[in-house]
Amino acid sequence: MSDLRDLKIAEARDGLRRGEYTSRELTAAHIEAMAPARELNIFITETADQALVMAEAADKRLKAGPAPSLTGIPLAIKDLFCTKGVRTTAGSRMLDEFVPTYESTVSANLWADGAVMLGKTNMDEFAMGSSNENSYFGPVLNPWRAAGSKDNLVPGGSSGGSAAAVAAKVAMGALGSDTGGSIRQPAAFTGTVGLKPTYGRCSRWGMVAFASSLDQAGPITRDVRDAAIMLTSMASYDAQDSTSIERPVPDYEAALSGDIRGLKVGIPEEYRIDGMPPEIEALWLEGEAWLKDAGAEMVPISLPHTSYALPTYYIVAPAEASSNLARYDGVRYGFRKPGTGGSLSDMYEATRGEGFGAEVQRRILIGTYVLSAGYYDAYYLKAQKVRTCIAEDFRQAFESVDVILTPTAPSAAFALGAKSADPIAMYLNDVFTVPASLAGLPGISVPAGRSAEGLPLGLQIIGRAFDEESVIRSAGVLEAAAGFDARPENWWDSAK
Amino acid sequence: MSDPRTSGLIEGASGDWEIVIGLEIHAQVISQAKLFSGAATRFGAEPNSQVSLVDAAMPGMLPVINRECIRQAVRTGLALGAQINKYSVFDRKNYFYADLPQGYQISQYKQPIVGPGFVTIDLEDGTSKDIGIERLHLEQDAGKSMHDQHPDLTFVDLNRSGIALMEIVSKPDLSSPAEAGAYLKKIRTIVRYIGSCDGNMEQGSMRADVNVSVRRPGEGLGTRCEIKNVNSVRFVMQAIVYEASRQVDVLEAGGTIALETRLFDPQQGETRPMRSKEEAHDYRYFPDPDLLPLEFDDEFIAAARASLPELPDLKKARFEADFGLSPYNAEVLTAERQSADFYEELLEELAKLSGKPAKEVATRAANWVIGDLFGHLNKAAVAIADSPVSAARGAELLQLVDDGTLSGRMAKDVFEEMFASGRSASEIVAEKGLRQVSDSGELETIIDRVLADNPTQLEQYRAGKDKVLGFFVGQVMKATAGKANPKVVNELLAKKLKG
Repeated sequence: MSDLRDLKIAEARDGLRRGEYTSRELTAAHIEAMAPARELNIFITETADQALVMAEAADKRLKAGPAPSLTGIPLAIKDLFCTKGVRTTAGSRMLDEFVPTYESTVSANLWADGAVMLGKTNMDEFAMGSSNENSYFGPVLNPWRAAGSKDNLVPGGSSGGSAAAVAAKVAMGALGSDTGGSIRQPAAFTGTVGLKPTYGRCSRWGMVAFASSLDQAGPITRDVRDAAIMLTSMASYDAQDSTSIERPVPDYEAALSGDIRGLKVGIPEEYRIDGMPPEIEALWLEGEAWLKDAGAEMVPISLPHTSYALPTYYIVAPAEASSNLARYDGVRYGFRKPGTGGSLSDMYEATRGEGFGAEVQRRILIGTYVLSAGYYDAYYLKAQKVRTCIAEDFRQAFESVDVILTPTAPSAAFALGAKSADPIAMYLNDVFTVPASLAGLPGISVPAGRSAEGLPLGLQIIGRAFDEESVIRSAGVLEAAAGFDARPENWWDSAK
Repeated sequence: MSDPRTSGLIEGASGDWEIVIGLEIHAQVISQAKLFSGAATRFGAEPNSQVSLVDAAMPGMLPVINRECIRQAVRTGLALGAQINKYSVFDRKNYFYADLPQGYQISQYKQPIVGPGFVTIDLEDGTSKDIGIERLHLEQDAGKSMHDQHPDLTFVDLNRSGIALMEIVSKPDLSSPAEAGAYLKKIRTIVRYIGSCDGNMEQGSMRADVNVSVRRPGEGLGTRCEIKNVNSVRFVMQAIVYEASRQVDVLEAGGTIALETRLFDPQQGETRPMRSKEEAHDYRYFPDPDLLPLEFDDEFIAAARASLPELPDLKKARFEADFGLSPYNAEVLTAERQSADFYEELLEELAKLSGKPAKEVATRAANWVIGDLFGHLNKAAVAIADSPVSAARGAELLQLVDDGTLSGRMAKDVFEEMFASGRSASEIVAEKGLRQVSDSGELETIIDRVLADNPTQLEQYRAGKDKVLGFFVGQVMKATAGKANPKVVNELLAKKLKG
């Protein structure tokens, strides 16, 4: 049945309606693939039984008449999204046994459209990381390996499990979340499409918070069309999220006209950073050429505050995280360790000292520090001001261009453990994705080529706020021109 | 030396000290739901029965501002004559405690919803004083830790978690415990009038943090201590007296006052340090990224203003001007909106029954409400809203006195009966045949008989013992079972005895 797993969402949508196969068959094919893929440690929780029940319901719905595009499509859900009755860990020991009594708005939207849940995917703890090595449940392995190598690579992060699920074809699409690049960077590392919508496009209700002013849900899929289909379902205004924006949700798939004639594409000079591998630079130039061939106009632009984006992000995000994660105190739910002294402080220290991993603790400490009396103005307040400058850079640039083209990440996927000892090197992974996050803008990563070692590389398109349609349209053109159809060897399945 | 409670002066060994006081009043907003969640706010519910996912800070939950709480804060700001800020920001105040589920309290810090204003307090010497309001901001309440439910464990009730509080911060304009008490009462009166807080200090829906410092007259402000969570007007005043004296003792002994948070122990009547400087929190305030800045327009403010009732100061002035009431009577009657409403209803009814202008019967009505009615309500611990005697029935009773049907003495008995049974004065009068006898012919017959029956006393009177008049009056009253009109009896007796 492996051919069913080759289908993209849009193809399966049509096949299901033609009766070529059922959702149950489609779902079963993916469930079957999940067992060997355990080698990759993609899922924290598999929900095969529930998936089959949902698939059968979808089949009934399909039989009954017109149904939404996602009806019967098996998806993987990042374990950051609360799922009613299904364990939700955020990749942390702190929530190892946490079972929500509620469903996140974004996943509820998917289920309302008939999608099928295969399981909850592994991730960096509380979405903090760029390699998925910070999970309490162990690292996720990238389905990709360098040509001729048996070394394991990271899938990127924090949505590493979701990206690997799509790349390894154990899910047709996956829900991810992006705070500073957590959808786009793993998509680039795994040869998948990752779309981070405009801040406020998708509800954050029921999504475990990392950095509230940056967190945004988005899809990881095999192609741009599938990402558009998923976003159309996920996006909604939600009165339960005060930062959600009340604005109609267009049919994003309809944006894929393939026509970008006259589109102005900005090429930001500041993204040509020191030490960027030549193959990334070459891919970027190739991307320009593809878009130009399709009738778009390349416009050199300047985003002068780009170099401050990463330091700004690593102040703002930890500051918010230090406060958002204060609720994990062992009092009401989640991991609790009483500690030795018997006092409330002892319990806090023991619970949080053991319940959180090293990276989470590091960011809580950074965040606490930058908000402390005497440091607030120098760090947090300054960072907020710089953030405004960065957003202003983009605003000005979008007066003369429609979208911006950049690489997604400064390198291809790297080896497990290669950067885990050096947090700064790890943070540098997000250098191209963080600015758009700080400005709240939509961005997409499209697989556009391969490194000398045969690993996928991605290009990013950034758009105006709430102009996902231009982003999707130009990404579609880029994707078609790149013709990236390489898939990782199925090395993890010894039966194959 | 004057009493420091009213003078605000403490006589130290080395001279006089002034007390400087500022109050932070936490007033629970009257609203169906909490500040950022839909959970109910009813007092006294089963522990943890009014807790939403947001209040318990479950993962992924987000706050949404409750519009009604905003409206109430704006109304309160308007009632305090304060500046309304159309743009305000909710911040997070970060600290760990078991009854603070989020690990932070959402509170307005740098940009509150209400800016400077003032209230006028009336002092015992008849003067009044304006007390500056620094700001009013909205914040969430925490849950309640219960340390007395188990020998080793602390239980937490989150019913209160997330309930909207208004923190009303005064300027350090209060200079005596009496002023602080009057200010607290005035704020309570205002919020009760407009229905933004029930002002119930026993249930904790209003409580005060009291900032106290002392200084030599004419000098700058001294170091203050903050006394947390004082929950009655009396305790506020006691705490200030104790704390100011303590500070004077420390200073006169050559010590310095440490900026600290203290607790008032009503049993011991003293304040004690709550946490030392080393334990002082760094709250790491920053704007809550889950909430957008709060913005509203002039229309919203205008609608809030239109919903305000007549405020106590204006009502008091009107009672004095229109009804000719004494400042004291006007003050007492307007202290609670229900009392004022009751009085006005009674007055209107009485004016109608008597056919006289309201001003003519106003003071008489005020005296009865304040004396008889409030006396009985207080004794029975009944609120005026639950008074067994309605305003209309009170007016009827007063009219029965004014038209001579009842004597003052009889009226008191009838009122007792009304208060106990809830029946009307006319019912009671009819049933008991309690009609005052004012008919001079009828009374003359009785007087003649009384005089004839008591020749000895008559002799005494004629011999110049005027006091015996009272004896005769008493006999006539006795003979009429108390129904005789004492005024008519006195007149007739005087005439007969002279004749």
